[in-house]
Amino acid sequence: MSDTANRRDQALSSYRVLDLTDEKGYLCGRILGDLGADVIKIESPQGDPGRNIGPFYKDMDDPEKSLLWFAYNYNKRGITLDITKDAGKEILKKLVRRADFLIESFPPGFLDGLGLGYEDLRQVNERLIHTSITPFGQDGPYRDYKGPDLIGMALGGYLYLTGDIDRPPVRISAPQAYLHASTDAAVGTLMAHYHAVSTGEGQHVDVSMQQSVVLLLMMARPYWELTGTYLKRTGSFRSGIGSGALQPQTWPCKDGCVSYAVFGGPQFAPFNRAMVKWLEMEGLADEFITSIDWDTVDMMTLDKGFHDAVSERISKLFLSHTKDELYQGAIAHGLMLYPGNSIEDLLASPQLQSRGFWVEVEHPELSDKITYPGSFAHISDTPCLIRFRAPCIGEHNETIYGQELGMLPHERIDLKMEGVI
Amino acid sequence: MNQSRGREALEGLKVVDFGWFVAGPMMTKFLADNGATVVLVEGGLSKVQALRTGSPFKDKKPGVNRSGYFAMYASGKYSITLNLSHPRGLDIAMRLVAWADVVAESFRPGVMKELGLDYDRLKTVNPSVIMVSSTNQGQTGPQARQPGVGTQLVSLAGFTEITGWPDRVPAQPFGAYTDVIAPRFGVVAILAALDYRRRTGKGQYIDLSQYEAGIQFLAPAALDYSVNGRVLKRAGNECPYACPHNVYPCVGEDRWCAIAVFSDQEWQELCRLMERPELGQDPKFSTLGSRKQSEEYLDQIIGSWTRSHRAEELMDKLQSAGIAAGVVSNGRDLREDSQLKYRHHFWVIDHPEMGPHSYDGPPYLLSKTPASVKRSAPCLGEHNEFVCREFLEMSDEEFLDLIETGVFD
Repeated sequence: MSDTANRRDQALSSYRVLDLTDEKGYLCGRILGDLGADVIKIESPQGDPGRNIGPFYKDMDDPEKSLLWFAYNYNKRGITLDITKDAGKEILKKLVRRADFLIESFPPGFLDGLGLGYEDLRQVNERLIHTSITPFGQDGPYRDYKGPDLIGMALGGYLYLTGDIDRPPVRISAPQAYLHASTDAAVGTLMAHYHAVSTGEGQHVDVSMQQSVVLLLMMARPYWELTGTYLKRTGSFRSGIGSGALQPQTWPCKDGCVSYAVFGGPQFAPFNRAMVKWLEMEGLADEFITSIDWDTVDMMTLDKGFHDAVSERISKLFLSHTKDELYQGAIAHGLMLYPGNSIEDLLASPQLQSRGFWVEVEHPELSDKITYPGSFAHISDTPCLIRFRAPCIGEHNETIYGQELGMLPHERIDLKMEGVI
Repeated sequence: MNQSRGREALEGLKVVDFGWFVAGPMMTKFLADNGATVVLVEGGLSKVQALRTGSPFKDKKPGVNRSGYFAMYASGKYSITLNLSHPRGLDIAMRLVAWADVVAESFRPGVMKELGLDYDRLKTVNPSVIMVSSTNQGQTGPQARQPGVGTQLVSLAGFTEITGWPDRVPAQPFGAYTDVIAPRFGVVAILAALDYRRRTGKGQYIDLSQYEAGIQFLAPAALDYSVNGRVLKRAGNECPYACPHNVYPCVGEDRWCAIAVFSDQEWQELCRLMERPELGQDPKFSTLGSRKQSEEYLDQIIGSWTRSHRAEELMDKLQSAGIAAGVVSNGRDLREDSQLKYRHHFWVIDHPEMGPHSYDGPPYLLSKTPASVKRSAPCLGEHNEFVCREFLEMSDEEFLDLIETGVFD
């Protein structure tokens, strides 16, 4: 098994992963790679279809320049293999013999049809953990239903809760459902691994994206069961305060929006008094706002008139400042307020910068460096990190087929001619 | 059939959970469902944790053992109430730490240190302990201690700005979205650290920032900005590589069906189902690019067709024709969803005050070591005695003596 110097210091450095996923499952293998596993991304000789999904590097529509591919396939080596051909199946089985994990996101039944399902592969490697990521799981009434992001967010119950009440439910404008499924797949895989290291027994891990989305629902899930009513989407407003009152949760400001809430009761009174002080300093406080006894404010019983009057004054403050000014002001005044960051703001965040979150990754094939979001957790002794960029198509064929599987050059040429690698 | 069917993946793993709200408790709930023994250390009646007093409540009647919100992240855990400011409370906490493999917490940075429960202290009683701290913005950095609730962190982490309609103030994604992203990453980190410990005997400290875990889900957009200077904007339900791609009204109040058409062939099928063959033949709509030009118009046509159909009926009909479609499920739909039933997602367990109540199972099915939701959420301090006797092996005298000190109150 190949190794690099820094990988030895990582938690999963002694394990190998075969990653046959498409865009539904890229992140799972990457997470294991971030923790040091040797991940081999196996794609068809034409290149993985996910490479055609944008956005692209400098907007060049090219399978070697997909930013989605880059973002979720780093820390992986890449080989090409046509697993539908007999010679390809044999090679996959050879790789499986030396692997700890196999992750895939084919439609249910596809690998079984090729004679490469879990039951076939465990004959080759009893300890193997085989993880499948699909929209709805390996079996059941929706087994063959299509489940792109929008449908996953819908059938998992998250879509219903997001959006403005007078418009249709709305999704987050960047696909999310399979990222949850892929992260859960990494969890399930490592749970199975925990069992395997103590018993030598591998197993199949069957992940459902729909169920991963259901786990996003927080109190909305038991809400129906316990009250017989639904939480409704409230858009930029806060839900659950009394008397049909609506209080903004997302407030417009000079250059975007900020997130802020007026909470009631003695616990939050100091925050509310700090807000009034800020309003006073800006000349925006009046008799109404300065005379409120915040210790006795109960959000559930005060009427719409009260909430609207409070909101109106706070709005004025927010509209006269940028989100960064407001965040700095909130820090100075000890208020709970966060800016509605854009992607651009995230890259400029002093907090993220101070923790070394953004990482420059070398792309020698582009003669360029690209800034990536870095590790998902700080792990003290076995770092989680970006070691190298995502592979080009077939980049490690020679290393893995030649050096590691011991194939001779003429064998590799034959396989290439046959379209297997 | 809510019963464990044999050995579970994490059997023998011992976890102490000082977590509160969502992000911390969700991590340890995943561990409990897969066989770990999880002891939740929480404040007693004088210092009840926030989620226990969070709605919804059984029969809308508030009570520390009646919150469905608390219950969903507490099932299968043991609850012990400890006054951590009391020296003997701290002593019990440290004995639990000595017993445990993993200690999880989700206080503001610095609180565990103030309590005398920071990682350096834990190591003195358990050198190989794995500690995980889940916070909004991490343990270090200028804004680490900036207060804020999870629903606001969603905005900080960039999700609010890209959710909703271009002509309006953003509609922030429901709930504390980053609170439910980070725990999955946290569990991955814990399991990896356990593997390292098994091989080396070494524990370690995991600093999990919800802010940083959340941004993993925006990585392509971050690259698009750093390479192309493009800032992702909210775009309703539009998708650059599918059209039509939206949510359409159906029969009934607030009923919707999501439909996503990726290929020209799927478009032809949709036109056939709508009995609008002329649209299918119209070159103005024959390619993705041309449909994108008329997206609003096509949405209106589809919406006027869906309006007279039930969402469930549309989903089945479209999916049978190979078109991606799905009911926009509400709470009742989820409980009645045939696929979730088939996968046994919901576990109904009797609770002393809430009665039969449903809990979420994990989204991954392990073929040899299936998970199970073992017990209902614990009542406040339900396991004070059990934890002290079974896990800490206390004598009768010591336990009775502790009750008198008020350390559990």
